[in-house]
Amino acid sequence: MATATDYAHARPRSGLKEWIFTTDHKRVGILYLVGAIAAFLVAGLMAVGIRIEQMAPGESGLINYFVGDFAKELPTGTAYNVALYFHGAAMILAFLIPALTGFAANYLVPMMIGAPDVAFPRINALSLWLFWAGIVVALLTFIMPDKPDVMWTGYPPYAVTTTANTAAYVFTVHLIGFSSILGAVNFLVTIIYMRAPGMGWNQLNIFVWTIFAAFIIQIVFVPVLASAVTLLLFDKYLGTGFFDPARGGDVLLYQNLFWFYSHPAVYVIFLPAVGLLFDIIATQAKNHVFNYKAAVWGGIVGILVITGEVWVHHLYIAGMPDWIRIGMMVSTLLISVPVGLLLISLWGTMYKGAITYNLSMWYAVACLFLILVGGLTGIPLAVTSMTVHLSETSFVHAHFHFIMGIMATFAVFATVYHWFPKMTGRSADSLIGKIAFWFTMAGTQVTFWPLFMIGVRGMPRRYWDYSMYPEFQPYHEIATLGAALLGIGVVLMVFGWVLSAFRGPIVGTNPWGSKSLEWTHTESPPGPGNFPKPVTVNESWTPYNYVDWGDHR
Amino acid sequence: MRKLFETGLWSLAALPLIAGQALAEPAAGGMPNPTDGWNHTWNEVLWDLWIIGGIFAVVAVYLLVKYKAKSPNAVGTAQPLNLDKALAWSLVPAALFMADDFLLAAKGWSLWNIQRTVPTNAMEIKVSGNQWFFEYDYGGGVKDTELVVPVGQPIVLRMTSNDVIHSFGLNDYRVKEDMMPGRITYLWFYPDKPLETQVVCVEFCGMAHSQMTNKVRAVEKAAYDEWLAKKIEKSKKKTSELDQKKSAEAASGPVTAR
Repeated sequence: MATATDYAHARPRSGLKEWIFTTDHKRVGILYLVGAIAAFLVAGLMAVGIRIEQMAPGESGLINYFVGDFAKELPTGTAYNVALYFHGAAMILAFLIPALTGFAANYLVPMMIGAPDVAFPRINALSLWLFWAGIVVALLTFIMPDKPDVMWTGYPPYAVTTTANTAAYVFTVHLIGFSSILGAVNFLVTIIYMRAPGMGWNQLNIFVWTIFAAFIIQIVFVPVLASAVTLLLFDKYLGTGFFDPARGGDVLLYQNLFWFYSHPAVYVIFLPAVGLLFDIIATQAKNHVFNYKAAVWGGIVGILVITGEVWVHHLYIAGMPDWIRIGMMVSTLLISVPVGLLLISLWGTMYKGAITYNLSMWYAVACLFLILVGGLTGIPLAVTSMTVHLSETSFVHAHFHFIMGIMATFAVFATVYHWFPKMTGRSADSLIGKIAFWFTMAGTQVTFWPLFMIGVRGMPRRYWDYSMYPEFQPYHEIATLGAALLGIGVVLMVFGWVLSAFRGPIVGTNPWGSKSLEWTHTESPPGPGNFPKPVTVNESWTPYNYVDWGDHR
Repeated sequence: MRKLFETGLWSLAALPLIAGQALAEPAAGGMPNPTDGWNHTWNEVLWDLWIIGGIFAVVAVYLLVKYKAKSPNAVGTAQPLNLDKALAWSLVPAALFMADDFLLAAKGWSLWNIQRTVPTNAMEIKVSGNQWFFEYDYGGGVKDTELVVPVGQPIVLRMTSNDVIHSFGLNDYRVKEDMMPGRITYLWFYPDKPLETQVVCVEFCGMAHSQMTNKVRAVEKAAYDEWLAKKIEKSKKKTSELDQKKSAEAASGPVTAR
């Protein structure tokens, strides 16, 4: 294990072997990013296929090619379902969660708290390997004949009675879930025990706080998801009847277990995304975080407390008893209190700031508006009786794409631009990046606003053939155009990153003039052990200390 | 400080009153039914979204423009909040958000009561979900794959599924509920005028999920009675044919068995 005393100024060896067997949290983080972006691109390709299929009510004849069925053995409906399955499962399990709690947490948290590495570097490497194994199993979808078609939710009885390979879905969840649990242990211990001497809890970067909360959620709730999908596996392959009503089982048991994890999983994505926005905006505005304690103890801890009591809003039309559908409507609506506190702090961080605009700030600003659209459209979905109509329509689909699909993804993009100089020593602020920004921004809006509109009128989710609603076709055509713009933007952006990694302008150790430890106390990129000298901080230090505010403890 | 705290407490105490006020509001016009109720509440919720979203968006634009850095080395000049201000910036927004939450919850709940309270004079039709069609049991041996209902009569559907989970989505009536094996669920709606629309399956159910749909017709009472009479006649014919066949089989049964 590297310690601060054996910091190596010499560039570490970087052959293939050194990368594969690395235990350095920075390399682990970058490998998480590479895997997550790979998953993002493949899952994004599925989205393009889905949009092409939805452009007109009839079949396009193209979706089979997207899912690797070149001989066209699958009916269009099944091929479409496979594309939906892969898009959902890969975007959530292999892109969003690993990009935020894998890449961003690994790369940033140890340096932000002044630690030489995570507490258990080898376990960290194991987390990474399990994640990559999960990606490989997920990718097998494209070559296996009985491709999984169970959506990312895997509801029984369908997931049990289908002839498709539900086991591949279950094993993907197992591998990535295991990876998350190990990561959670690692980061909770790291944040609790390895903060630089003198660093109090009220001096942490907001991002560190959000990762702390996200991993508490993971360690509490992932085992529930793992148990649910394991029971599914037993039902399908060992002949048990946990979810089979004919043998005393219950189909709703699975949905309850699944959403008991999967709603909190939304905050595993939302919290770190917002934490990154806090750090990026405070840095680019050279300002203290507004009402820090309200953001942490009201916002982040508030969400942590409420997160396990709202899952039934995913089951509003599933015939649950009235008292729980109404009870969880109230708890779901109350999420607005911690989220509101977070947003007020985020907005306030710009007040009296000195804002510099660059690509990372552009994406962060876009996120502010995406949070509004995505968050506010969640309000009618929190109200049980509103959901009776809106549930399972493209309104829901557009809502969660705004808050999770686009906002959290843009937060990842902002993060890459913001910490690119730290990872490579070079800036990724390029013309290509700026052009790509406008493509991604326009693409997301053009794709999802039409879906809100037809969602309110009842366009069902997961439909490729909507012959009963011919009047929705123009909207689908516009949405497909948006997906094309988005696709161009993403490809341009990733190309820009690769180009910048080798050709980008070399910038100094701290191009943003940040006060956070990863910028002030080490070089770019940092060597093994992170800091040339062990870091200690005093009581007036904070990562946002552009103007000295005195004691923060 | 103390005064602030008291104000906070008072506003918290006022919340149930606000909620109660919303509950006491009479439903909009005519017989309360899920369709009109939904449309009415949706318009109110939209106002809520536009107001909150508008305030946040305008403030964001103002801050982003106003506090653009004047020079490359400029730093922010915000001052630390004292305890009073920090508490005020936490408790006041929290109370406001909670008030809005309770208001929405109350409005949502009153609509929910309409959606879940089936009128006593409702006509019952049993529906089953199958991969990939709905089947309607009108009673009296009448089964069909089309939903025909008389106008001016509340309709309650008692639903279950014979295979996987489906969901009964009646978009034009703003109602929807899952159909599950081993459970019976229900929804009700009020066809107030003749309408031809469709039901769609809205819970993922496999290959032909997006083709699981059928016509729904709300017709005048007389037309409905005529339709039903025809169906009854047809089903009787079928049963009598079936009975004849059965008795013939029973008569010749032992012989054919040999």
